[in-house]
This record gives sequence, C-alpha cells and structure tokens, in this order.
Amino acid sequence: MVSNLLILHEAPVLGLQLAIDGLLIGAVFALAAYGMALVWGVANIINVAQGEFVMLGGLVAVYAAEQGAPVLLAVPLAALCLYVLGWILYYTIIVHLVGRDMFNSVLATFGIAIVLQQLMAHVFGGADRIAANGLGSWFLFDGLVAIGKMKVLVFAACIVLGVTLSVFLLRSRQGQAIRAVAQKPEAASVLGIDTKRVYGLTYAVNAAICGAAGALAATAYTIHPYGGLSYTIRSFMIVVVAGLGNLGGVIWAALSLGVAESFAGFIFGAQYQIAFVFTLLVAVLVFRNWRLKRQRRYLA
Amino acid sequence: MSGKEIRTAAGVSNVSPLRGLLAGIFCVVLIGSAEVALCADNTFIILGAAVSLTGKYALNGANTKNGYDLAVRQINDRGGVKIGGTSYKFEISYYDDESTPARGTELVERLIQQDGVKFILGPYSSGLTKAILPIIERHKVPMVEANGAARELFTKGYRYIFAVLSTSDQYLIPAIDLAAEQADKLGKTPSEIRIAMVMENDPFAQDVRAGVLADARRHSMNCVIDDQLPPELNDMSVTLTKVKALKPDVLVVSGHEKGALTAVNQIEALRVDVPVIALTHCDSAQLAKRLPKASQHVLCAHQWHRSLKHKGDLFGSAEAFAQVFEKTYGYEAPYQAAQSAAAVYVFADAFTRAQSLDPEKVRDAISATDLPTFYGPIKFDETGKNIAKPMILTQIIDGEYVVVSPKKWATAKPVIPRPKH
Repeated sequence: MVSNLLILHEAPVLGLQLAIDGLLIGAVFALAAYGMALVWGVANIINVAQGEFVMLGGLVAVYAAEQGAPVLLAVPLAALCLYVLGWILYYTIIVHLVGRDMFNSVLATFGIAIVLQQLMAHVFGGADRIAANGLGSWFLFDGLVAIGKMKVLVFAACIVLGVTLSVFLLRSRQGQAIRAVAQKPEAASVLGIDTKRVYGLTYAVNAAICGAAGALAATAYTIHPYGGLSYTIRSFMIVVVAGLGNLGGVIWAALSLGVAESFAGFIFGAQYQIAFVFTLLVAVLVFRNWRLKRQRRYLA
Repeated sequence: MSGKEIRTAAGVSNVSPLRGLLAGIFCVVLIGSAEVALCADNTFIILGAAVSLTGKYALNGANTKNGYDLAVRQINDRGGVKIGGTSYKFEISYYDDESTPARGTELVERLIQQDGVKFILGPYSSGLTKAILPIIERHKVPMVEANGAARELFTKGYRYIFAVLSTSDQYLIPAIDLAAEQADKLGKTPSEIRIAMVMENDPFAQDVRAGVLADARRHSMNCVIDDQLPPELNDMSVTLTKVKALKPDVLVVSGHEKGALTAVNQIEALRVDVPVIALTHCDSAQLAKRLPKASQHVLCAHQWHRSLKHKGDLFGSAEAFAQVFEKTYGYEAPYQAAQSAAAVYVFADAFTRAQSLDPEKVRDAISATDLPTFYGPIKFDETGKNIAKPMILTQIIDGEYVVVSPKKWATAKPVIPRPKH
C-alpha cells in the first residue's frame, strides 16, 4: 500500500489517469443507478434485476455489432429492446408488486434476475464479450495518460441521456405524471392519471436506461450473462448515498464512487476494489444513522 | 436422467426401462448365445458428471461436456469397451452444477448415492473439483478429471482422483523461462528482469501465481506487481496504470476468459508497452479471433494444441481430433475439450485392462495408466497427476496460435520483445 502511494507521489499524473478512468466508469454506474432511483422512488420497488438489464443491453449491442451495426447505433436498439422487455415484465410480474411490501419486490426481481441470467446464457452463450470499437485512445503526458475515445463517447452519451431524462421528467406530460404519482399516487389517480400505466412506463424507462448503459459499457468493459451483480450492487450503493428523488445527487454519487473506487483499487490493490464499495456503503449508512439520531435529539 | 435408469444385478450397468424390458423379454424367450449378445448390446457403463452448464463457467462447462460426449460417441461407435467378452457402451449421466461448489458437492453426492454411479468424470475448474474431492474419497469412487489443475488437489493424499492435465503452476513457467532465455533481447540479464503478476483470486490462478513466483525466484527475477483480481471485476485499468508506471519486462495475467479478454483490450486501449505479455485461457476466450490486432504477439499457455504430434488409438492424431471436433460442434477445439475427451479415453483404457467393473480394480488400473493419446502421453504419479505431458506456450501471430515453446514442439521462433502497438 505504501509503495503504491509512493508511486502516486512520484508520478502524480497517474492520479489524473485514475480520476479519468473513475469518471468514465462512474458515468455508466450513474445511468444504472438513475433508473433504480426512478423505480424505487415512483413505485417503491427495489429492482434487483438492474445489473441483468445492463448485461442484456450489452449483449444485444454486442450481437448487433457482430451483425455489422455501428456500435453507437446499437445503443438505441438495446434501449428499445429493453423498453419492450420492461413493459412485458411489468404486466406479467411487477404489476402485482406495486403497493405491497418492499421485500416482495426484492424477492420477485431477484427471481427475474436469475431467469434473465439463464436466458442470456442460453441465447447469447456463456462467453465473456466485448464490442471492439477500434476507435483508439488519446495520449497525454508522453503517453502516461490514456483516454479511450470510446470511453469519452460513453461518458458524453451518459450525460446526454441523464439530461434528457431530467428534461423528460420535468417538462413532458408523461414525466409530470410520473412525478405526480411518485408524490401522491391517490391524488394523481383522482386527477385522472392512470397510475398503473405510469408505474409500467417508469419500469420500462428504467429498463431502457439500463439497456443503453449496458450497450455503452460493452464497448469498453467486459460483459457476461452472469456479470450483472456488480452493477446492481453499485446502483444500490449510489441510490443509498444520494437518497431517493435526488437525481442530481445520483450522478454526483456515481461519478464520485467511480473515482474513489479507482483510487482504492490502485492504493489497496484490485482485490479490495469491491470490498471498498461495501465498506463505503456501511460507512454511509452509519453516518446517516448518526446524523438522524442527532436530528432527533434536537427535535426532542 | 436417473429415473430412466434401472440397475442391473451387478449394480454398475444401467439400461433405460423400455429397452431393459424388451431386452429382458428377449433374454427369457430365446435362451442361447444370440440373446446373450443382445443383452450385452444393451449394457451400459454409466459415468457421472456434474459440469457447469450455467453460471460463470458455462462456456468451459460446455467445452468439457462436448469433449466428454465426443469421446463417448467415438468409443461407442467402435463397439464400446470389452470386459469379460461383453461389450459395454458408455453413457454419461449429467447434472448442471451451476458453477457453484455447493451445488457441485450436492450433485456428486446424488450421482453416487441416489443414481448409483460408480465412476465419475470431473467438473470444470479447480474450485469445483476441490469441493467434490472429499465426497469422491468417502465413497471410494474413481474420478478422472480434465479441468482441475491446481496443485492443492494433489497434496491431500486423495487416492481416487486422476487428472489428465498438467498442474496449473506449470501454465506460465514456460513464459518466464522464455523471458530468461531471451533476456539479452530485452537488454538485460535474467536476474534484472522485472515481473508484474495480475491473477484472479481463485485456486487455479493463485496456483499459476505460485508457479510463476517459484520460477522467478529460480532465475533471481524481481516481482514488482502482485495484484489479485476479484472474480467480479470487469475492468483492469487500475492495475494496468500501475504496470505503466513501473514498466516491468514481463506481464503475466490469469483470470479465466474474462481476465484474458479484459487484459488484452485494455492493454491496447491504455497502450501498455510490456516486452513480454503472457496469459492463460486465450483460446477458450477466442482472443485471436475476437481481438486479432490487440492480441498480436501475446504469449498464451496451452495444455494442448492441434499442431502437436501426439497420437493415440482413439481419434488418431491431435489434428484428427481437432477436425472431428470442429465438424461436430462447429467451432475450433479448445484444449479444455481435448483434455475432457482424453479423460473418457483413460476410463475406457482402464476398464479394458481391469477387465472388471469393480471400482477398486478400475481405480488400480487407472493408476497404472501409461497411454499415448491424441492429447499427449498420460501417466499418473502416486498423487494422481499426469506427469508425462508438458505444457506448451503459443504466441498469437496474425490471428493464429503458433507454438513457440518447448523447443521440441515449437513451429516458430518467439517474437520478443513484443513490437510496440
């Protein structure tokens, strides 16, 4: 650990590389977490199949790329496929979970995750995949810092998608309906909003976001039918840190997590990278609990 | 599958209920040599296998199964194995262990206890093999395995495990030896060579790491990076940033297919210029085909390669096996499939020599195996390791795996240092 810190001290420019890599992967986490926060906030459902949606989006993109489609064109295709899947899953399973105990949603979406894993392995095969983009990298500081062009595109696409979603939620009729249902479903229903449809739309939009995130991730990172868990864990972690309904906070938390993970992996060793995510989660929960206790003491 | 099988009086061979009923009627009605022959035709030796058909090892689980199935088909097409004048055909009773050790142990127990299987073929990966070994030992059931290479499988004094493949510590030793041999091309002496190790945190890769460390020590080389990757990791850029900073001469990576694919992709993206890069699992990751440019001049550890001159009774040459496999399954045979086929062949040979279906006698016959095969020579030491077959090292050159070490099998000279990309 000390030797790794010394390397960073002697070549601080490597810190820049770590920060850039962290920001770029953080953008992918942000999209997946954004979708999770949306479904959690609106329908009170924790979607444990989040990572599987990401992997499925990635596999669709890889398949499309293998058939000759340009990598970036595969992104809307993956989003569309997942949007349709989102609606199917909503009408077959999720609709029965709305308004019930949150534990039911965890169990049911865990089941969806397992079924999706097996289906993906069956349809696309069990191999690790990557959509080779051939775009190359930009090199700075005498080649010491490399910025993958595709990763920058992924980052830009994630930001554009995030902003589009925010605008959709703020400005469009359907976005307003989603926000209304999130605030008070009974009142929204009285005002003529079809709440069931809104829940379905939210779930399908979440699936589409994950599909896009997966398609973007597949161009720079390895994907696998059983590789979704790490995205689910990180999404959960980010939403817990950012808090529900705080979509700006989700992006901030995701990018910070990406950078923190990158530095932790370098300093403590790659074997502690995931352990670091969990430690951070525990630390945040303990801190939140401590802050809430303090607030309660003031109120009393 | 077990429900379809009925046990014979010998307790070792099974036939399906319908076929058994028909055979029984014929045997009763027509007493004589003709009926005996018919009964024999319907006699099977059931081999049990819990392999990973789903889960993270699904790809190599499928390779393992394909290897087993192809060998069984080949042996059965040739009339099966003859024991005491009776021809027995092979059949494999499969279960899916879902790539998890807990499920693997449960299924092997089920194969032995409930299904009455007396002979086991190994699962995929050292971790799963390690998990089922105590059960194999407890029931004294011989197991020939083809995909568990960690040395720790052979140090516990187990008597019923036999492995046709070389142990994992040997995987990347040829790469370190090659670097020492070609040190002058790197402008250094062997002891000045610096190594970076990036290994997954599983029994197999950690054994690969132990082998590299021991060999590096033998050459007095210095190890500057020793990172362990968690199995979930799909991004190696942090470790590769460290590699860029420390500029080692040799980079060795072992993390199954994901490790190979991620490493090569990100080495190219980050432009990590290391003169010698050596990996495991290149061919099952289809590295040369999927990332032909990025994988150019990468060294790969192989248990087997189709260009080797190994020959045996079953399949003939290595090339002949590769052709049959490709024709049957539509993709190039990875070594995982070849060694799986060889494991079935070991059982066939042992049954023939033992002339018995008694597990103890078959176990003794397996331990006395001395068999030339398409996969290479197979001869076990007292711990059950195959000590006759060496590992080989290939280099990816223009999308092909070219054998570069050991010299006896090499078809080209290695390109060292790896040209800058």
